[in-house]
Amino acid sequence: MTPVLVLLLCVLAFLATAVLAIFIARANQSTSIIYGISLAISAIAFATALTQLFAAASPAIPSALVLPLGLPWLGAHFRIDALAAFFLAVVDLGGVLAGLYGLGYGRHEHAPQRVLPFFPAFLAGMNLVILADDAFTFLLSWEFMSLASWALVMSHHREADNRGAGYLYIVMASFGTLSLLLAFGLLAGPAGSYDFAAIRAAEHTPSTAAVTLILLLLGAGSKAGLVPLHVWLPLAHPAAPSHVSALMSGVMTKVAVYGFIRVIFDLLGAPTWWSSMVVLAFGAGTAVMGILHALMEKDLKRLLAYSTIENIGVIFVSLGLALAFAANGMDLAAALALTAALFHVLNHSFFKGLLFFGAGAVLSATGERNMEKLGGLIHKMPFTSFAFLVGCVAISALPPLNGFASEWLAFQAILQSPELPQWGLKIMVPAVGGMLALSAALAAACFVKVFGVTFLGRPRTPVAVEAQEVDRFSLAAMFVLTAFCLLAGILPGLIIDSLAPVTLSLVGGQMPAQASVPWLSIVPIAESRSSYNGLLVFLFTVFSASFTAYLVHRFASRKLRRAPAWDCGFPLADPATQYTADSFAQPIRRVYGTLAFRARERVDMPAPGDLRPARLVVETHDLTWDRLYLPIVGGVGFLAEKLNHLQFLTIRRYLSLVFLALVVLLLVLALWS
Amino acid sequence: MVLISALLVQALQMVAVVLLAPLLTGLTRKIKARLLRRQGPPVFQPYRDILRLLRKDVVLAENASWLFRVAPYLIFAMTWVSAALVPTFATGLMFSWSADLIAIIALLGSARFFLALAGMDVGTSFGGIGSSREVMIATLAEPAMLLIIFTLALVAGSTQLSTIAAFMTSPAVGLRVSLGIALIALTIVAIAENARIPVDNPATHLELTMVHEAMVLEYSGRHLAMIELAVSLKLLLYISLIACIFAPWKLVASGAAPDAYLVAIAAYIVKLAVGGALLALFETATAKMRVFRVPEFLGAALMLGLLATLLLFVSRSL
Repeated sequence: MTPVLVLLLCVLAFLATAVLAIFIARANQSTSIIYGISLAISAIAFATALTQLFAAASPAIPSALVLPLGLPWLGAHFRIDALAAFFLAVVDLGGVLAGLYGLGYGRHEHAPQRVLPFFPAFLAGMNLVILADDAFTFLLSWEFMSLASWALVMSHHREADNRGAGYLYIVMASFGTLSLLLAFGLLAGPAGSYDFAAIRAAEHTPSTAAVTLILLLLGAGSKAGLVPLHVWLPLAHPAAPSHVSALMSGVMTKVAVYGFIRVIFDLLGAPTWWSSMVVLAFGAGTAVMGILHALMEKDLKRLLAYSTIENIGVIFVSLGLALAFAANGMDLAAALALTAALFHVLNHSFFKGLLFFGAGAVLSATGERNMEKLGGLIHKMPFTSFAFLVGCVAISALPPLNGFASEWLAFQAILQSPELPQWGLKIMVPAVGGMLALSAALAAACFVKVFGVTFLGRPRTPVAVEAQEVDRFSLAAMFVLTAFCLLAGILPGLIIDSLAPVTLSLVGGQMPAQASVPWLSIVPIAESRSSYNGLLVFLFTVFSASFTAYLVHRFASRKLRRAPAWDCGFPLADPATQYTADSFAQPIRRVYGTLAFRARERVDMPAPGDLRPARLVVETHDLTWDRLYLPIVGGVGFLAEKLNHLQFLTIRRYLSLVFLALVVLLLVLALWS
Repeated sequence: MVLISALLVQALQMVAVVLLAPLLTGLTRKIKARLLRRQGPPVFQPYRDILRLLRKDVVLAENASWLFRVAPYLIFAMTWVSAALVPTFATGLMFSWSADLIAIIALLGSARFFLALAGMDVGTSFGGIGSSREVMIATLAEPAMLLIIFTLALVAGSTQLSTIAAFMTSPAVGLRVSLGIALIALTIVAIAENARIPVDNPATHLELTMVHEAMVLEYSGRHLAMIELAVSLKLLLYISLIACIFAPWKLVASGAAPDAYLVAIAAYIVKLAVGGALLALFETATAKMRVFRVPEFLGAALMLGLLATLLLFVSRSL
């Protein structure tokens, strides 16, 4: 059986599971059955994709299949090449872990019939998008994926916020699909050759390429969460159950990245250097704005969704660099940048999955998503908090974990930019590098806040006091991801090597084989230029920490006394006196927020003798929403208001309108030729 | 034999940085005191402080978690590993390739991450204020640092500190405006990263811009000793970093004769003393800033870093 057939059978099995779920959703063990089956199918699909990725290293023979479905003259084309195999592996690994987590977490679901059928369907949709090898199948699967995830967002539809999120999501998803439809229409040309192979073979004019790039940034960018198309994402992702949030944030955004790479790097042919500037600008802006939004947030899951936007920005920066290098024929540098992007795709799916699972664990233990009502969970949920801490370090791009490995590669790619011949890029890329470093530092600040406010300190509410550790399935899923974060951080060379076939097929170059480098270091260009060894850094740190601790405890003192907190002599008993998410973000809000959010602080101080409490009011504005979306919404509303009159005409007027329209159209037709 | 001597030099550096760090702190304090016409504590006082702290009991806040107890060792270890990877008296150390400059700075970032978390752990408002300000300062210092690294990498063609130092000693480097600008920017970043005046005052926590000292307020005994040692190490690291990039004289390459090592070590100690003296002089001559003036101070470093890079492009093409 060819791999593509195995994967299509997996998709079929997912769909069958979805149908099965409709019938047994209300049964007793339905949760275990459906998540168990999904887990098993995902595992098979993951294994297949992984073998295909490693097989692709040897003579790359993409596995393809044409089924007589869809458009009669086209059929449904499916194919797995190295790129698809990599993304399928990411999606299905996400599926495996979400299934594992769902085995425990899903039991808390009060309306399983609203989640269970759509969960396997969502996984099927994401697999199909990546398998598709013609525009029709691609768009159909894309829309199927969107709708399945929309149904999951709406699973708790009785809360008004979730309904609003679902509405915004479906509007943006439709807009995105429309853009993609137009993009593929342009690429297919007047002949209508929707087959990817035909699109790849055709020559595309610069204007087509330019419009396609814009449409792809709108279409795939809106699904991935590029600023300013991100507005639905922080509302929709958290609205779904946590394991689905993990899939949407960690995996579905990657499917959008896949769509972008497939079209821009693969189908469109040789890139132009200015297109990379557009991608770089969007990427850098997205990274910084995403994490600044996250810093202002106090809803745990929404914060994680905003941080997804940041990571998408980081990925797009690397993709933009890859475009810039590829356009100038610098294969090695392009391969380095593309490897950084794909490595970050993988890493983000690890730590974002881990963090959403952790947020779900907190949610099921306390029923609370607002960080400012939590605190001190490290005592009550030791395992969850350890896993969550690892996720926080990883996502903050700190060594020795995986987030740093991929950002380090991105910085190495940035350091190659002086070789670029275009002045625009030469000047832009260092600035983009500064913004990347800024977003990494802001991410560290953000996740100190998340962990510090949620898990450290003293509990702020009774629910936080009474929290209990979560079930074993959830913990297993989190700890598997914790292990992945560590392994990908200390053995990045293995992953870089497995990405070589992908970069070779897309930009025609590959990074030097890392497996042969002694001590498992990674050396992107040459050892005299730069090298990094996560394994040694990790071992040195662990060794010197334990060695020092041993020496101190052995020879100095190991005595310990517990006493009330010192707090400069004035320990305040009320847990409300601790720093909260808002107060933690205050310095950063004052430094960056005045510009990014037009944040203003107002102190309302009552006059002496007035018994009203003093208040500090902070005003922030979401400028994309205020400046971009509200005018559009206003415009649509205005037009609708005007057109509303047309609904209340008499039959004579309608007839005359029809007649008039006919005459005008005929006139246009006559004058046109 | 070569392996053993390389290993020995690496081990020597690891031990030397830990042993010298408190001395540097003591020297800086002494010079500062003398500049203020005070007698000041002896130069070796930091050693006595650390030994005394190590022998004392730890008084732990009642709700402190395991993270609070693990963090000091982690912070110390991360700072120590970073300091051991910066060329102090010798380049091409055995493990110097395991982290380039970006990775060294990021490892210090990891240490800061745990320090900020430890500040939040007990749940006091002092800890929170320190942590939140520390991360705010870091968000400005890290991009500035990256742009400085970018400038250096552009000049030397590498982010490996050994290669950069070797390049800086070679005649190829010449006199460049960009490097001067990068030096100023790096000094600003180093002052901010080490919580020195005018960004923070290492001598007190009872001031309105409390940052570092507010974070470690709940620490005592051996935990505090570890953190104090890490702070000294970080200061030594930044002075060594500036010295190895901008004053790489008498650095020995691997495999040199033993007497060259002696000269190099002596030169390194002189460089540290000069660095400490200059720091003390600067700190005495400036007043501390309000905390929301710090962004302007560090913003200057950021702009200088960018300017250094751009100038380099322009001067290269001319």
